[in-house]
Amino acid sequence: MTTILPILPEILLLALGILILTIDPFLKKESSRRSFLGWFTAVGLLVTLAISLLIARPAESILVVGGMLRFDWLGFIFKMFFVFAAGITSLFFMEVEALNHRAEIYFLLLAATLGMCLMASSADLIMLYLAIETTSIPLYLLAGFLKKDEKSTEAGFKYMLFGALTSAVLLYGFSLIFGFTGKTSLYDLSQYFSSFNLVAVGITFLVLTGLAFKVSLFPFHFWAPDVYEGAPTPVAGFLSTASKAAGFAVLIRLFIAVFPSLSSDWSLILAILATLTMTVGNLIALTQKNVKRLLAYSSIAHAGYAMIGVVAFSQLGFASVVFYLIGYILTNLLAFGIVSLVGSTTGSDDYPAYAGLSRRNPALGLAALVAFLSLAGMPPFVGFVAKFLVFSAAIETGWVWLAIVGILNSIVGLYYYLNVLKYVYLYRMENQDEQQHVIPVSRRVVFALAILVIGVLLLGSLFGPWFGFASKAAISLF
Amino acid sequence: MHFPFLSVIVFTPLVAALGILLYKPEQKKAIRITALSAAIFALALSVWVYFTYDKAVAGYQFVEKYNWMPMLGISLHFGVDGMSVPLVLLTGIVMVTGVMISWGIEDRPREFFAFLFILASGVFGVFASLDLFMLFFFYEIAVFPMYLLISIWGWIKTREYAAMKLTLYLFIGSVVSLIGALVIYWTSGQHTFDMLVLETVKFTPTFQKIWFLPVFLGFAVLGGIFPFHNWSPDGHVAAPTAVSMFHAGVLMKLGAFAALRVGIMLLPEGAKFWAPLIMGLALINIVYGAFIASVQSDFKYVIGFSSVSHMGLVMMGFATLKPEGLLGAGVQMFSHGVMTALFFATVGMVYDRAHTRQIPELGGLIKPLPLVAIGVIVGSLVSMGMPGFSGFVAEFPIFMGIWRTQWLVAVIAAISIIVTASYVLLVVRRVFFGKMPETLQGHITPINTLDKIALVLLMALMIGIGIFPALMVPWVQSGVQHILALLGGA
Repeated sequence: MTTILPILPEILLLALGILILTIDPFLKKESSRRSFLGWFTAVGLLVTLAISLLIARPAESILVVGGMLRFDWLGFIFKMFFVFAAGITSLFFMEVEALNHRAEIYFLLLAATLGMCLMASSADLIMLYLAIETTSIPLYLLAGFLKKDEKSTEAGFKYMLFGALTSAVLLYGFSLIFGFTGKTSLYDLSQYFSSFNLVAVGITFLVLTGLAFKVSLFPFHFWAPDVYEGAPTPVAGFLSTASKAAGFAVLIRLFIAVFPSLSSDWSLILAILATLTMTVGNLIALTQKNVKRLLAYSSIAHAGYAMIGVVAFSQLGFASVVFYLIGYILTNLLAFGIVSLVGSTTGSDDYPAYAGLSRRNPALGLAALVAFLSLAGMPPFVGFVAKFLVFSAAIETGWVWLAIVGILNSIVGLYYYLNVLKYVYLYRMENQDEQQHVIPVSRRVVFALAILVIGVLLLGSLFGPWFGFASKAAISLF
Repeated sequence: MHFPFLSVIVFTPLVAALGILLYKPEQKKAIRITALSAAIFALALSVWVYFTYDKAVAGYQFVEKYNWMPMLGISLHFGVDGMSVPLVLLTGIVMVTGVMISWGIEDRPREFFAFLFILASGVFGVFASLDLFMLFFFYEIAVFPMYLLISIWGWIKTREYAAMKLTLYLFIGSVVSLIGALVIYWTSGQHTFDMLVLETVKFTPTFQKIWFLPVFLGFAVLGGIFPFHNWSPDGHVAAPTAVSMFHAGVLMKLGAFAALRVGIMLLPEGAKFWAPLIMGLALINIVYGAFIASVQSDFKYVIGFSSVSHMGLVMMGFATLKPEGLLGAGVQMFSHGVMTALFFATVGMVYDRAHTRQIPELGGLIKPLPLVAIGVIVGSLVSMGMPGFSGFVAEFPIFMGIWRTQWLVAVIAAISIIVTASYVLLVVRRVFFGKMPETLQGHITPINTLDKIALVLLMALMIGIGIFPALMVPWVQSGVQHILALLGGA
């Protein structure tokens, strides 16, 4: 039993995926399939979450499955949020006409989630690479799932090409590590990287490139806007949250386990990367006219903010990154959920589609307010606390200038988020007949959005216990 | 454990806002009644807190402390001293009168009152917080709803521009202070955001000199300090009446108060070092604000710039770092809050009826709107510092304080009193006396009972404090003692 417990979430995910493919042929009628498959996935994920939380909590950090995985709080917390994000995303899938009757998307979603869970807990280079590919391939498929939509096909293809390229770079880095050390376990490697030499620099560079793509750090960010814009909106939401968080989980683990002593030399480079990522993401976001592209650039900027915590390289720093990502998962899922809903009702993701939203559906308008303000970093939403923590970590370790850069960036962010809210609250539809164009919201979406709004508020006000989890995750790494 | 007055005051508006959001949009009457009852409840508690505050004991009272995030030393820590207790009362008053004045809002009153109350919660929170983190938390909550309130319900011509400008100015100011606060936190080595502990930490003079200015000025942006005052008149003018009342009446005090509490009280050496600069900036505020106000033709811009001028007096009072100056500044914050609330309420009433705020297009309004005219006259007398009104109680000590520091500054600042007197009297004469333009004949309907109650309440406060300064001065005095102790008994 003890050998199964650490990988219980993964086992349940796999079982759920197989179940879905099994029952799919038995469902005939289009309409019953539709809600059944989605609900089945969502409830299955909820059960997975509940069971894992109840019986599969890690006690102390141990290597399991022959040293392939590490069973610790960092992995566990990330896993729980991946499962949560997948559950919410499956509810959003049900709203999209072209997707909701296909069993494959739910299976692909579960497969990607499984891969992310493995990513977050991999303790071995081979396992890590396999996990990354298990995550990526279903995501390529999901991004290009709307076969008849040119943009979606382009998104899937582009994502795959860049993804494959950077995966190859990453793999090259891994093979060099193995070649020079003869070891593949992450936790055996740190001794080989204790001194600053050319090989170490080269390897770090290759590995960083591969991971930078995953979390869309500058200069490997350019795929994100096109992919997010073209992919079905719920997929984009999942990509920008869970997949990015998984990339960060790997990044954190690698940096602490493999390159702890290199970090002092690398921190300036990482700080510059963070600065560029934030600034580029925010400045380009300013000029966007499409909310999905806006969120894509803003998600690049958010990767930059989260990097501040990595740069700080302290316990508080890593705890703040974990907290930042948790908050970001909740907030961005909420934002993409709203975009998905507005997109499927109005058929457009451009700003004018949001005009009069607060009159067409006041509750949805309020949810948009919560999402965008949280992204902008306003209390009492989680975005404020998350930013506060990363800046605090930066200042603790003396990176005052980086905190100032982050804060200047968040002002730019506030400006463009407010621009969207201006459409939601201030502008009206052309004929001012919002009452005739009420946006209908199905119960499942109300459910999903309500959970997210409550989550954003809860983490933003009663943040103590949640930060406690994040700290536990950070402590488990050292 | 006593009854948690302050938490109840802080969270009442927030709970009311959430409650209001649960109504259907059509239930406008129920929404308004809920709003008014919540506001009256909060005011009643603030009055209770004000009068039961023990001035003889002084210090922080009604203290409540709950651990919020022990790992970083963040706690929900409330308490009021002699400086903040009048401001809590002021917020209660402006909240009640603001709701009364906004009774007639027809466009989405549900959202309007909800946002207004979220703002009010933030304001109460800042005045009552003794924790640096929570102070920021509430500060941002207080600042942000302004954007929506102005941009949705504001004056259609300038609201988008003014709302964005205001939000960005204030956000920039607050995040600059936030960096300062974080540096204070990590430098103190105490691992707590508790300001009572941070007050006792002796930071090195160099540190204080470097960080005082960002912290103080960051907050003072919201207090309208020159050269960062530019957002304020535009914001005032674009905002709907109740929001202007809140904005000029309470929010600007928020900036001044936070600048005092975090800037001066945590970094007293820095304050001493930079006091001449602050004084210079405040002097520009006072004189320049008064002159600009005197050339405006828009009634609301006159009041907007006069606020810049009067907030300059508050900053000036702080910058003297003398007991008289601080005392005057404390009273001025309250007095100016009530006065501008009254001014903006009356401007709103005039505009709702005449549909113009251009002073040359108005006239003879005293006949149809006698109470409004009296309100403006009382406000004018307060703003020029006439004895017998609260403005005198505030301005006289400030000038005494300035005189003790630098007599020349007092002389120059005194010019503003003359300018103020000239423009407020001119406005009164042009708007309320003389002949009513024909375009307005027959359009001027009388104000309703709620408006009257609000006006009378505001006027009574200003006259009351003017005649019986003992209703306010001892409170502020007890707060000043504590600040002086931190400054090393100057």
